[in-house]
Amino acid sequence: MKSGSNLEQVISSGVPAVTAELGPPMSADPHEVIKKAQQLKGFCDAANITDCQTAVVRISSIAAAAIAFQQGLEPVMQMTCRDRNRIAMQADLLGAAALGLKNCLCLAGDHQKFSAAGRLKGHPGAKNVYDVDTCQLVGILKKMRDEGKQEGGDPIEVAPKFFIGASWTPMADPVDFRPINLMKKVNAGADFIQTQGIYDIEGFRSQMAKIVNMGLHERTAILGGIIVPKSAMMLKYMDSSVAGVSVPKSLIDRMNKAKAAAGEDKKKMRELQEQEGIKITIELIHQVLETPGIKGVHIQAIEWESAIEGIVKEAGLYPRPTFPGA
Amino acid sequence: MIVGSQKPIEEIWSMVKDFKKVLVFGCNTCVAICHAGGEKEAATIASLIRMRAGQEGKAMEVNHMGVMRHCEPEYFDPVIEEVKSYDLVLSTACGVGVNFLSDRTGTIPVYPGINTSFYGAVEAPGFFKELCAGCGDCIVHLTGGLCPIARCSKTLMNGPCGGTNHGKCEVSNEVDCVWYLIVERMKKLGTLEKLSEVLPPRNWSTSRDGGPRRVSVEHIREYEEQEAQKPETAGGKK
Ligand code: SF4
Ligand code: SF4
Repeated sequence: MKSGSNLEQVISSGVPAVTAELGPPMSADPHEVIKKAQQLKGFCDAANITDCQTAVVRISSIAAAAIAFQQGLEPVMQMTCRDRNRIAMQADLLGAAALGLKNCLCLAGDHQKFSAAGRLKGHPGAKNVYDVDTCQLVGILKKMRDEGKQEGGDPIEVAPKFFIGASWTPMADPVDFRPINLMKKVNAGADFIQTQGIYDIEGFRSQMAKIVNMGLHERTAILGGIIVPKSAMMLKYMDSSVAGVSVPKSLIDRMNKAKAAAGEDKKKMRELQEQEGIKITIELIHQVLETPGIKGVHIQAIEWESAIEGIVKEAGLYPRPTFPGA
Repeated sequence: MIVGSQKPIEEIWSMVKDFKKVLVFGCNTCVAICHAGGEKEAATIASLIRMRAGQEGKAMEVNHMGVMRHCEPEYFDPVIEEVKSYDLVLSTACGVGVNFLSDRTGTIPVYPGINTSFYGAVEAPGFFKELCAGCGDCIVHLTGGLCPIARCSKTLMNGPCGGTNHGKCEVSNEVDCVWYLIVERMKKLGTLEKLSEVLPPRNWSTSRDGGPRRVSVEHIREYEEQEAQKPETAGGKK
């Protein structure tokens, strides 16, 4: 075992892994994290704790991960390259390991201009760091863990043992480069990969076929990303505005139909769309898990953590395996 | 070239309003090409200040002048005494010019008349684009001749982020994603496989992060020193 994390154990046992996501609040109140951790606990093998996602200030990933961990939920601490240089990153990694955290997902991070797609003020005038990029951060984690050395070369007495992850957007431009992109992350040391949300199963499968050809699926555990759709509007937004995500018209039509069935009743409109969204999610989970080369799913119910229990149960992925000592 | 853009006249006015004798001092190289701070623009700014001073009823003498470059003493040495006869020099050179002049005008303040933006090129008439960030350790032979430091919003070194959208950068659909361009270019050059290699963390000390930088070219220095010694030696022999 590289890290001994629960996620690593599930993956090495060969059972399809399930990860979820927990978004920390824009507040110093830990209860929101505690509540979400309770909702997710037992229904996933680990939950990603986002790192100021969409470039909005929230409880830091490391702190929220520690709170979730106290609640018995295994966290995947996310770390973006946007806000820290390699000194701060390594300091946080040592700290995170000292707090008992064992998974870390490396990301470039949304540009500071993003500010929740303009819905919040954010900090578009912030300086961005990008001292290192994702591949390089993956390499730093690996060097710390396997060589017991800091990036600069100084020795680490007790090395942080992380299960190292990276994200992958299989279908973003330039599409024919994306497999090479993944290969670089794997070569740098990524033990697992979580992909961007997939709706276009055919497109995803054709990218995965290339990955399997390259043998990358045997060198890293690829978890297919599923973003739980809540409404027709959300699907349309993701199709038009989220890079690397295309949503087949048939799915948008299904959601529209669910919405129309509610007539004028706003509450019902929401409920019916949510129900349809969960149905779509479960179908996607099965389709992703049936895709050659896939080792699990990463289910993101954004600001809807309570939906995970039902989804995981209905998808036949419950109960989750347990391992002594993880 | 160095590309700059004009400052709003309000901001300029707030800088100059309390001075009696102001020189708007243009630079006729880079910033003249982008119509930000050449002698012509200096003349325009000077007349705008005069107009504003008139409106506000302030007695102010405002003149303009321009030299070829603010970044080499030989160009402004001939006029430096005249420059020093003003209360304020509003330099419309790039920031380099403002700094360089500040070190040489004694007690006369030099203020910036433009915003210095970047190192760029003339993409189309009236359209300038940033292409290099002067990082001090050029690596574009590895990236198809296109610069990920200056042109990727995240200075990524190992390929595009997930935000590339139809060839545009996630920060704006008006900004090209340079990684998209790099991949397309390297495909054309038949060198795409070069991108497979992971570039390790960079040493940014060659960049601004290492502190202010200097370049010393030995043979120029030696030549200048020899030239300076010549008359002395000749005199000594006499
Ligand atoms: S790599 Fe550095 S020197 Fe080369 S073009 Fe980019 S910023 Fe300029
Ligand atoms: S979209 Fe392209 S240019 Fe923009 S940050 Fe990502 S890789 Fe860099």
